[in-house]
Amino acid sequence: MSQPTLVIGNVNWFKYASPQAFYPLAGAMIPWFAWAAAACCLAGLYVGFFVAPTDHQQGESYRIIFLHVPAAWMSMFIYLVMAFWAGVGLVFNTRLSHMMASALAPTGALFTFIALWTGSLWGKPTWGTWWVWDARLTSELILLFLYFGFMALAAAIDEPRRADRAGAVLALVGVVNIPIIYFSVKWWNTLHQGASVSLTGAPTMAATMFTGMILMALAAWFYSIAAALHRARSIMLERERNADWITHYAGTGRP
Amino acid sequence: MNWASWSDFFAMGGYALYVWGSYAVTAGLIVMEIILLRNRRRAAVGQLVRRDTGGRT
Repeated sequence: MSQPTLVIGNVNWFKYASPQAFYPLAGAMIPWFAWAAAACCLAGLYVGFFVAPTDHQQGESYRIIFLHVPAAWMSMFIYLVMAFWAGVGLVFNTRLSHMMASALAPTGALFTFIALWTGSLWGKPTWGTWWVWDARLTSELILLFLYFGFMALAAAIDEPRRADRAGAVLALVGVVNIPIIYFSVKWWNTLHQGASVSLTGAPTMAATMFTGMILMALAAWFYSIAAALHRARSIMLERERNADWITHYAGTGRP
Repeated sequence: MNWASWSDFFAMGGYALYVWGSYAVTAGLIVMEIILLRNRRRAAVGQLVRRDTGGRT
């Protein structure tokens, strides 16, 4: 079977769709993303705790925002990327796409849990309750169960190809939940406040608070990329263990 | 500067439980994921090396 090609600007982009080309490339990129994440995180924490002023309504409790909002953004965005790769895998039947989808799920679940946890700890002092069954909180909880469902379904099916396809269908069906989460604060009456940051208007918060939040969001991005690439490499070693290129790496003693 | 002293900083204006509870659990979970990532890679590499050296290492 011939490899599919997608040539744009003299580069065949499908070349990197093969695990043996992607494996060393990902390995070279991971340290850069990891260090960028650490740098952005340190800068974000500094701005968040030492530069951004006390909030005149919420006092110091608002400083949870520097974790909560980036984690919540990441939880939704990782799901979209995961569903995208799952869809590409279904359509083009590319092994690497399914591996990327599997590699993203645990990190997405992690950020979903962090968003729920920090939201709960922020809700108690501001709303007087750890949890309410309103649209925003409930749909975010469903997102956590979608991640768990994706991982459990893939783990429950022995044959990798079938596991990939079943997981991909679940991931794609679950995409409907993302706009529900995002727009829930507009569509329903909810305790959760509306967005402080949007693509269309100026943020309704102090500039330094905004800077701290963006730095932490960048840290979350870089961390997620590093973590997903790292996990994808392990998945490649696990799944492609009989491929020639793996034997080559393993033979050098430095896979 | 927001804080008069370190104890002022750790008190977080009376919200220490909520703020530090958020940051501590987040940091703990990230560290946990990094350890799990390391372990998974070590296991995958170890399996390949064992197989290709016939368990002679």
